[in-house]
Amino acid sequence: MFDVIVIGGGVIGGAILRELTKYKCEVCLLEKENDVCMGQSKANSGIVHAGFDAAEGTNKARFNVRGNALMPAYAAQLGVKYKNIGSLVVAFSDGDLGTLVRLKERGEKNGVPGLELVDRKRLRELEPNISEEAVGALFAPTGGIVCPYGLTIAEIGNAMDNGARLYCNFEVTTVRREKDSFVVGSADGREVRGRVAVNCAGLGAGKVSALFGDDGLRIGGRRGEYLLLDRADGDFVSHTLFFTPTRKGKGVLVSPTADGNLLLGPTAEEVEDGGTQTTQEGIASVIAKAAEMCRGIPFRDVITSFAGVRAYSQTHDFIIGESERTEGLFQCAGIESPGLTSAPAIAEYLVGTLLRKKLKLEKNPLFDGTRKPDHFFKDLSVAEQNALIREDPAYGKIVCRCEQITEGEIVRAIRRNPPARDADAVKRRTRAGMGRCQGGFCQSHVAELLSRELGIPFDEVTKSGAGSELLKGVSK
Amino acid sequence: MKTENAIVIIGGGPAGLAAAVQAYDSGARDILILEREPRLGGILNQCIHNGFGLTRFKESLTGPEYARRFERAVRERNIRAMTDTTVLSLTRDRQVTAVNAAEGAFTVRAGAVILAMGCRERSRGALNVPGTRPAGIYSAGTAQKYVNLKGYLPGKEVVILGSGDIGLIMARRMTLEGAKVRAVCEIMPYSSGLKRNIVQCLDDFGIPLYLNHTITKIEGEKRVTGVVVSEVDGNKRPIPGTEMHFDCDTVLFSVGLIPENELTKSAGIPLCAGTRGAAVYQNRETEAPGIFACGNVLQVHDLVDFVSEEAEIAGRAAAEFVSGGAGERDAADCVNGKNVSYVLPQKIDKNLRGDVKLFFRVTGTFRNCTVLAESGGKILAGRKRRIAVPGEMETLLLPAEKLKEIEGELVVRLEEESWK
Repeated sequence: MFDVIVIGGGVIGGAILRELTKYKCEVCLLEKENDVCMGQSKANSGIVHAGFDAAEGTNKARFNVRGNALMPAYAAQLGVKYKNIGSLVVAFSDGDLGTLVRLKERGEKNGVPGLELVDRKRLRELEPNISEEAVGALFAPTGGIVCPYGLTIAEIGNAMDNGARLYCNFEVTTVRREKDSFVVGSADGREVRGRVAVNCAGLGAGKVSALFGDDGLRIGGRRGEYLLLDRADGDFVSHTLFFTPTRKGKGVLVSPTADGNLLLGPTAEEVEDGGTQTTQEGIASVIAKAAEMCRGIPFRDVITSFAGVRAYSQTHDFIIGESERTEGLFQCAGIESPGLTSAPAIAEYLVGTLLRKKLKLEKNPLFDGTRKPDHFFKDLSVAEQNALIREDPAYGKIVCRCEQITEGEIVRAIRRNPPARDADAVKRRTRAGMGRCQGGFCQSHVAELLSRELGIPFDEVTKSGAGSELLKGVSK
Repeated sequence: MKTENAIVIIGGGPAGLAAAVQAYDSGARDILILEREPRLGGILNQCIHNGFGLTRFKESLTGPEYARRFERAVRERNIRAMTDTTVLSLTRDRQVTAVNAAEGAFTVRAGAVILAMGCRERSRGALNVPGTRPAGIYSAGTAQKYVNLKGYLPGKEVVILGSGDIGLIMARRMTLEGAKVRAVCEIMPYSSGLKRNIVQCLDDFGIPLYLNHTITKIEGEKRVTGVVVSEVDGNKRPIPGTEMHFDCDTVLFSVGLIPENELTKSAGIPLCAGTRGAAVYQNRETEAPGIFACGNVLQVHDLVDFVSEEAEIAGRAAAEFVSGGAGERDAADCVNGKNVSYVLPQKIDKNLRGDVKLFFRVTGTFRNCTVLAESGGKILAGRKRRIAVPGEMETLLLPAEKLKEIEGELVVRLEEESWK
């Protein structure tokens, strides 16, 4: 019997799970895929927003500003890369400049510190590659970038280190109430029982809510396509660059990533299903929009394109709190941008205020919120590298040459929480396969390590769970 | 371990091995090869088909056989090679930092460095091919590694994008392993592969080659289930209405090779946009004194035989450099002119001895044409070509006595009408 069942292993579910382990309670996480962080938390811009976009008084504004303030320490504690690079909303017309003034006022009402309007000349000093057409910008010094999947995995891993349980391939298909608890079942017949449940199911939140008897949640999906460029281009711009927002949203951004790549995107297209395919039109529009923002983007250095689907609710604001129809069901739904930034603040409120009161939770004195990074060898000094190699020679073997990831780091990612069970899971944790060759050289080596560590035949190793086996049997 | 070496060679594939042997034979003794894989030979180890060595040895060898000849030559000379050792960084003043399990991370100060890291394959991502990202998408070389070195089949129904040599070789290999290769698509109006490979790998097995076609969509959630292939126009843009659908579980990409010059760049050595390798003098010395480059890290070669030939130039020059043979330079730029996409070497030192073989690629298919090297209005070398194609490297020999006639820059171009 769990005190809390968290449904959905994204950045919100992860933050809530970890926050819960700060208290004396039994908690578990249900994830429908073979690994955590398989939805929108793995395919978004990785931006820590300052907090001037959302209107005053909304959940988005409130949790964004608080999340922005929490993020530096939160990421540091979890061993995740965060960089406070600042952001620029770029104006291309007088109309845009007017919007920036309103954005600045809104940001100030929301409590965003340090907002500053910069003129054409200053903008060029800040960003030499900015388009000739740009006329000014709103500078937000508290804007930043964080690795979104690194953060999600670290939250969940740290929660597990503090006692949380993880059930993967657990797609919630049945819910029934028994006395004071829920019994939540998966397609394969497994059941878990808990006093309360937290719905962090992203695109699936409407469906999950309905299974709990609350069919009032309407969730839509908006697909965004991205292009990722080589790490050699991570310094092409030094801030996150946004277009001045229109009614259609924030549009395509140009930004370094926390790991030093250059990211372009996203598009925004309403979708019925959760399909994350990229399209010719989408890729072409990212290229066209990014080229409007900056001159001379080295498009020949694109290493991959990808898409994510962002879930939004019928209110277009975050829905956070206990369901009005189903007691004991707590909703965290419609967490679109700035959801990543807001994650620690949402968890702080939902757990520290709502669940604490509901379940009369007491502090867990044994909680240790720190976690070491998943990939780190490259950043060590030679002396530290050698100390590590003496202890475990696997750290002396480079498996992923593009990102300089060692066998030691990969084996550790397979063994530590949350355990990597497929090639993509290894990639998200260690970056092996995420570099410029896109796994061309290292995938077979990673597959061998998975086979050895998991004790499964080589040709049963998958890319991302059952049905995605890398190989089709032995050769003749 | 020893922290100084006269010559450090980064990469123990065909380029590194041939450079090592030639450096030794030119008088160098203190040579260290650093190889990241467990054994020497580089990519040749997985190229189990034959056709290697026809130019150099006048016999048809498999990749491993070709590699073993050079590996043996290295062993016979007692040249030191460290395998399972990855170079992490290189500085302009020739400090090489590497790591392996036995020694840990260590730095070697080198008298000369030879860059021989080879190349990598362009990936699906670099092409922006739209669609999903399921299992079953491989570069041709990765598939080759699974089949030939690991003994596993990456898929059973295959569509290949790109008609580079590795793609063609894998079309045959997968067919021989029992897979069905449904199509090879090439976005260009011509294949960049060798003619012999088109005949022996596709035609002999009845595999269709679709020129002017590309994959415009990949389908499948967990595993590839199919692709959409479209014809492209003269600007390589898909033509609506020409879509063909192929059911398949695997897509192989053979869409070009990119020299792996991350170390070169980190040492601040300038690259040539055309080759994506270092800009070099005819002795394969880069702009950084004492750092040489050869093989596919310098320019993507058609045949390993040419890699060996180029590596020997670098090996000899590195041996001369460490014995104090570097003299004053008298440099001229060597540039690509009409119908030529790049020329190597990018710089000619008129004080160096010997003939200079110019390597270059043409920008399209030309018949009955002339390739020539010109400087100051004077043609210094030229020859007629019955056919010149981008997929086959062109060469021109600039005789030693012509070097002093270079005034300003040397331009290599192709004239479409036969030159008298």
